[in-house]
Amino acid sequence: MYEILKSERLVPNIHLLKIESEFIPKKARPGQFVILQADERGERIPLTLADWDEEGITVIFLTIGTSTRKLAALKEGDSLYTLVGPLGRPTEISSHREVLGIGGCYGIGAIYPALKAFQEAGSSVRTIIEARSANLFYWTDRLSRVSGEILYVTRDGSKGFTGHIDQFLKDYLKENHPDLVYVVGCTFLLYLVAEATRPFGIKTIVSLNPIMIDGTGMCGVCRVIVGGKTKFACVDGPEFDGHEVDWNVLFARKHSYFDEELRSLSFFECERYG
Amino acid sequence: MAKLDLNRRPMPKQDPKERIKNFNEVALGYTPELAIAEAKRCLECKRPLCVKGCPVEIDIPGFIKLVAAGRFLDAVRLIKKKNTLPAICGRVCPQEVQCEKTCILNKKGAPIAIGRLERFVADYEAEVGKVTIPKIEKKTGKKVAVVGSGPAGLTVASDLIQLGHDVTIFEALHKPGGVLVYGIPEFRLPKRIVDREVDYIKKLGVRVVLNFVVGMTMTVDEILKEYDAVFIGSGAGLPWFMSIPGETLNGVYSANEYLTRTNLMKAYLFPEYDTPIKIGRRVAVIGGGNVAMDAARTALRLGADEVIVIYRRSRAEMPARVEEVENAEEEGVKFQFLTNPVRYISDDHNQLVAVECLRMRLGEPDASGRRRPIPIEGSEFVIPIDVCVVAIGNSPNPLIPKTTPGLETGKWGNIIIDEATGKTKKERVWAGGDVVTGAATVILAMGAGRIAARSIDEFLRTGKW
Ligand SMILES: Cc1cc2nc3c(=O)[nH]c(=O)nc-3n(C[C@H](O)[C@H](O)[C@H](O)COP(=O)(O)OP(=O)(O)OC[C@H]3O[C@@H](n4cnc5c(N)ncnc54)[C@H](O)[C@@H]3O)c2cc1C
Ligand SMILES: Cc1cc2nc3c(=O)[nH]c(=O)nc-3n(C[C@H](O)[C@H](O)[C@H](O)COP(=O)(O)OP(=O)(O)OC[C@H]3O[C@@H](n4cnc5c(N)ncnc54)[C@H](O)[C@@H]3O)c2cc1C
Ligand code: FES
Repeated sequence: MYEILKSERLVPNIHLLKIESEFIPKKARPGQFVILQADERGERIPLTLADWDEEGITVIFLTIGTSTRKLAALKEGDSLYTLVGPLGRPTEISSHREVLGIGGCYGIGAIYPALKAFQEAGSSVRTIIEARSANLFYWTDRLSRVSGEILYVTRDGSKGFTGHIDQFLKDYLKENHPDLVYVVGCTFLLYLVAEATRPFGIKTIVSLNPIMIDGTGMCGVCRVIVGGKTKFACVDGPEFDGHEVDWNVLFARKHSYFDEELRSLSFFECERYG
Repeated sequence: MAKLDLNRRPMPKQDPKERIKNFNEVALGYTPELAIAEAKRCLECKRPLCVKGCPVEIDIPGFIKLVAAGRFLDAVRLIKKKNTLPAICGRVCPQEVQCEKTCILNKKGAPIAIGRLERFVADYEAEVGKVTIPKIEKKTGKKVAVVGSGPAGLTVASDLIQLGHDVTIFEALHKPGGVLVYGIPEFRLPKRIVDREVDYIKKLGVRVVLNFVVGMTMTVDEILKEYDAVFIGSGAGLPWFMSIPGETLNGVYSANEYLTRTNLMKAYLFPEYDTPIKIGRRVAVIGGGNVAMDAARTALRLGADEVIVIYRRSRAEMPARVEEVENAEEEGVKFQFLTNPVRYISDDHNQLVAVECLRMRLGEPDASGRRRPIPIEGSEFVIPIDVCVVAIGNSPNPLIPKTTPGLETGKWGNIIIDEATGKTKKERVWAGGDVVTGAATVILAMGAGRIAARSIDEFLRTGKW
């Protein structure tokens, strides 16, 4: 069960796993996620569905701490201990005049299913992808299949616009008028985009990534404040209106276990590499 | 008849000073000698009142007589006719308000320790490895899906498989057992005991599918296309918060999160296990039930210097089992009665540093029959803490009702059933346990499972809804 069908390093730090799944592909919808555990001692961590077919599902992740390192070390033929989903509410797909998709980090891949669905629903789609440097882009061929145009933003200027996404959007949105902005990636990217679109009043959907355990509304660790109300991101989200999110609370909660994560990582590295 | 013996045999326990340093079971169980001595105290009443106090009507005097005669395996077999999970119920049932309350010797303040005897014979059976597999009826070819592997689901599965139906349990988490694995701590109910019971029903032929969230992975309607009947035993897993300022601060936990991290994810073994938990120095637990006691005692074992239970009524109104309150006190948990939190206070980094509380006094009895707590104006005071666990209650998770047209739910999101049969308003769907009653007890969930199993069997045989 949950056999690894494909394990591939896409670019430095970003890894792809395709995992065998009997049930999830039948129900999966854009914007949903799964929870997985590499082994019996592992943490339960959520990852967004980046793709799926009859054989299984694909996730793309940044190798950052113990759990994602354990996952990245799995080889074809190995198995996960836990895979459960699909979880969360799917993206609300409808026809828009113009959808602007923005992806960074794992979001460059995870944004794909929703953009595909927006295009199939008759929206015109444009995509901006953002990274530190040009060698960190991947899946551009796929993204170009579901978007009219791809724009690049790199911090070092090795491709496209030089700088941060918010600097780029400041001018871009003066001349372009998407009626929906859809963002997937690290929390800081989500925040920068939401703040950049706010003055233009463009509806901005962000895929939040707080800490989770069960993913079914049982523990409450994933609570976020949206529009002044407490929501459980795993069942009420993970996608919310970016202009309503209380970013301070989200950032702070994500760092709840900063010390423990470092300890876990050094323990893991000692065990594995001596 | 035996001579009146009022010496209720105590059960050996780990020393409080030692036990707060480990997660091993606190109560160590009777030895055969202690069990026999305790059993011999039974007066063998003609009309045993204890049985009336048992929600599943175990033949209590019958099994106690067998214990007294040293026939431990026969005793456990007799219990198992009515209760498939004696090792669990012997540990966690609130006997003091059930069988032991109605025991005639309770009038003299020394009821037979029925729970301890139940636990003893169940453990004995497992230890000597003499667990027998009951007879399974001829296969009927009917298929039943059970949602949730808590005590309600396990009971339904075990009853229906023995009647010849095919049974599949669908469980959302990666381990079966419901609250028994994710909620109740290791030191009160060792997980190997739950594993043992689950292995047993697997041996009977029940299929257990883990990591399957009904409503998401498949809806009840989709399951009904492949199965003849569905039982919903999904529990009361949605944690309540008080809606006071500061609840999203780092350091504020729901009891579900705190206990799940510790029990299911084994955070007490961090970093050998990957899931972390905050080891507070001063931990407050809000609430007065079993869940609050479990959270408080867990906090001590994780290494807290001081643990304070904050409860808005007084000791007399606490819903927790007396035995667990005593255990907590022995271990050094402090109690702050007639106190209610009004806001959490943080430092500059969203980290909890204190809780502001109001003192309360008791007014007239409310709908629950307990005296209503009334805030005393101007009595605010601050307790410095770095971790707070909110254990004020749970209600059923709305995931299944929301994705299942035709189910009727009540005010708390509980599924409405016909009590005599467990039938919901939706054809071929039954429900029972905490999802119906709201947070209750293991034995009541099992009782509800048994009623539903009977009705499901009848339906499968007659085809009549
Ligand atoms: C709905 C959702 C979808 C996500 N999709 C993706 C994805 O497609 N690709 C991807 O790379 N990342 C995704 N994430 C984030 C991903 O879950 C974390 O990066 C991962 O858990 C880190 O684990 P770690 O042990 O490697 O790192 P750690 O060292 O444990 O932590 C690094 C960071 O990850 C976060 N994190 C830690 N534990 C958890 C947890 N149990 N749940 C969530 N976050 C945690 C912490 O905030 C921390 O800042 C998603 C998160 C959510 C909530
Ligand atoms: C900390 C704590 C301590 C307690 N102490 C005691 C005690 O000492 N004595 C006592 O008698 N009672 C105690 N209780 C109460 C008792 O545990 C419950 O009443 C009992 O477990 C209810 O059984 P259940 O089968 O209805 O549900 P649960 O035990 O809650 O099991 C429900 C199962 O369904 C699963 N599930 C939920 N939704 C889905 C879904 N959509 N798809 C698939 N699976 C799903 C859950 O993951 C869970 O495994 C305690 C409860 C807690 C939380
Ligand atoms: S992850 Fe537990 S409630 Fe959302």
